[in-house]
Amino acid sequence: MKFYKKAMMAVATTAVLMSAPVQAQEKTFKWAFQGDAQGLDPHGLNETFTLGMLGNVYEGLTRYNGNLELKPGLAESWTNPDPNTWIVNLRKGVKFHNGNAFNADDVIFSWQRALSEGSDQKVRGAMIKNMEKVDDYTIKITTPAPSPVLMQEMVFLYMMDKEWSTANKTTKAANVKDKNGAGYANLNANGTGPFKIVERQPGVRTVFERSKDYWGKIPTNVTRIEFTPIKEAATRVAALISGQVDMVYPVPVQDWKRLESASGVRPLAGPEARTIFLGMDQSRDELLYSNVKGKNPFKDIRVRQAFAHALNLEAIKEKVMRGAATPSGLMVAPQINGQNPKMNTPYAYDPAKSKALLAAAGYPNGFSLTMDCPNNRYVNDEKICQAVTSMLAKVGVKVDLLAQPKSKYFGKVLAQNNYDTSFYLLGWTPGSIDAHNVFQNLLSCQNKEKKMGLFNLGNFCNARVDEITGLIGAETNPEKRQALIDEGFKIVQDQVGYLPIHQQPLSWGVSDKVDVVQRADNVFDYRTIIFK
Amino acid sequence: MFNFIVKRIIQSVFVMLAVAFIAFGMFRYVGDPVNNMVGQDTSLADREQLRKDLGLDDPFFVQFARFAGKAAKGEFGLSYRHRLPVRDLIIERLPATLELSFVSAVLALVLGVPMGVYTAIRRKSLLTKGFMTMSLIGVSLPTFLIGILLILFFGVVLRWLPTFGRGEVVQLGWWSTGFLTISGLKALILPSITLALFQMTLIMRLVRAEMLEVLRMDFIKFGRARGLGNASIFYRHAMKNTLIPVITVTGLQLGSIIAFAIITESVFQWPGMGLLFIQAISEADLPIMAAYLVLIALIFVVINLVVDVLYVYVDPRLRGDSGGGHG
Repeated sequence: MKFYKKAMMAVATTAVLMSAPVQAQEKTFKWAFQGDAQGLDPHGLNETFTLGMLGNVYEGLTRYNGNLELKPGLAESWTNPDPNTWIVNLRKGVKFHNGNAFNADDVIFSWQRALSEGSDQKVRGAMIKNMEKVDDYTIKITTPAPSPVLMQEMVFLYMMDKEWSTANKTTKAANVKDKNGAGYANLNANGTGPFKIVERQPGVRTVFERSKDYWGKIPTNVTRIEFTPIKEAATRVAALISGQVDMVYPVPVQDWKRLESASGVRPLAGPEARTIFLGMDQSRDELLYSNVKGKNPFKDIRVRQAFAHALNLEAIKEKVMRGAATPSGLMVAPQINGQNPKMNTPYAYDPAKSKALLAAAGYPNGFSLTMDCPNNRYVNDEKICQAVTSMLAKVGVKVDLLAQPKSKYFGKVLAQNNYDTSFYLLGWTPGSIDAHNVFQNLLSCQNKEKKMGLFNLGNFCNARVDEITGLIGAETNPEKRQALIDEGFKIVQDQVGYLPIHQQPLSWGVSDKVDVVQRADNVFDYRTIIFK
Repeated sequence: MFNFIVKRIIQSVFVMLAVAFIAFGMFRYVGDPVNNMVGQDTSLADREQLRKDLGLDDPFFVQFARFAGKAAKGEFGLSYRHRLPVRDLIIERLPATLELSFVSAVLALVLGVPMGVYTAIRRKSLLTKGFMTMSLIGVSLPTFLIGILLILFFGVVLRWLPTFGRGEVVQLGWWSTGFLTISGLKALILPSITLALFQMTLIMRLVRAEMLEVLRMDFIKFGRARGLGNASIFYRHAMKNTLIPVITVTGLQLGSIIAFAIITESVFQWPGMGLLFIQAISEADLPIMAAYLVLIALIFVVINLVVDVLYVYVDPRLRGDSGGGHG
């Protein structure tokens, strides 16, 4: 009987809710993505989507605007009096969603929390050696080494309320080993951002509401946001076209025409800051997966050049990406700090030259090898690999393609499996939006102790590039720094250390009723949603 | 009877262990969970530490023993992806799957039985041919395609019904139900049809075959000789005798409806256990995968046990004593 009553009341309440007149200023925005944020803990996972979604609720000391330019966030201003010291002036009058004031103690607490055991933000946390409170709204940061990109890194190091975290026993990041269940902060949020979370069902639904006392002036006129993950691309696109959601991403590039022809919706495309490239094992004395025995063909620069000239990037752009990619000659996208457009010319497509180079290197009839490729990580990743396979076949190189889901692919090719690959496709967006990150992770020689070249799966290794990596990490003069970056990229190009393919497109689908800003790092900033 | 049940329960335990063992053995092929749990900048040392902490470095049998020991206590640990207790996640998703399966099973029975009877009685009518053709489509088209076609037609073209999700749900204690709101009921229509179609076809064909069989039997002829009308012959005598195998099959199929809901759930983004499982596979979230497979095995085992027990009651011949009836 109790249940019955409850149910009846629920029906009644729902009926009232449904019949309530929608106030003129109430604007609910609904959208869908292919997955969900891992959790609400701002230090739980250092991954674009999770951090991007939480960036509407939590904020860092700095932030990016729609063009990925660095802007003040919870820090009003900062100075760098000597290379290892930063003085940061915090914004006054900022309140967390629970009403607590934001101050220097919260910054220091958040930094310490980022270093706690379950945190995936340890790398960012470790860029700071010490943080001191000068007064309630000033902090002094000491870095272990000069760090010109420190304030870029602070964009995604979100600030939490010390009092709230302490009261709810969530002073450490949510930890998968925690037997008592996950941290409170994984299911609840209390940030300073323009939206607060009012409902959270992991993997099903997350509801946001506009925070009334947000400190900043932002363009959005949305009051409520409902987010649903929709895994199947076809279902996602159908939900947009049928008007049940106002925005979805990613949209398969094959579906762009459908969105263009359907009424009331449009595809929203732009270049992503992610560079897709091929890598070659240049370190082993014999390739793990090839019919060439006793030597490694990729150690011969002519073979690497032959591969570079065999690839028709324009064809990949037109046929595989439906015209929606930007062929690249560099390992960084135009949006990335340090990219020099003058150097961005891809290797020329020239199969005859490629064949000649292979013959000169001692492979007139080519050779065969296995290529590792993910099939659910990047836009049309497997199709790109298939195109590469057929292009290489034309110059006599027979490629066996091993395309696998990302969990299997990364489990095979990454450091923990000893870089078990000979030839692979990978994509990279530098988290700091700066070229240094690429030098550190992709272009430096593998060095586990120094934590360098962790994602340099083929171990392209050049002493001068290593040296340059160290120099640009510490150089604060922009011109000198750019000259070093250019020199480094020039060496990588001349040595054919990698085979850049393109910047893949961002592919969103948007209702004509709204305007949104698409950021090149594929972050969806609620601050920009405007109902027309 | 008691001995029989005890014996079946002991057998069931072994079945469960075997399922868990095979499932666990397969997990090593879904990939490395650690890379899905950390960002690209996370250091190698931290990744190794995480793997060690999760016990992924231990030998297979150690991992299995640990898992089976905990599972026996209903303890499935924390989801790697969500960092929440797997038990809570599954309990949260269970009502969605059960409601969808229930509606589909009812739909399959309510439509399948009359269609089966009709096609058996009016073998040559146009409608029968229509039903038979439709049933062929029902068994041969993959669920995924049927779901997408329904979405396109009723969701995108006509815009009558929602294309995804469960609509508004009402919370009754821990159980969330979509039966009490308009949007919840509307959201049920397409997925339940998609899920029911195969079962409905199966039931229709089964009823038809049984019915044709029964109609040839002697007692029907005697009935006619006694001057019984068509209605009495068909519905009182023939159909009643058809239903015993139908009930058995339907009962057994209930398990597969719940298990097959995976595909329907992922097409319609129906927030049930199947969707949770599919998402877990792509993230190599082993604790969820293990718990789901064990739970599905448990459902099958329980249904089979119940059916076995019921059989003994329903079918007198299994009891060993001589009974009447012409089952």
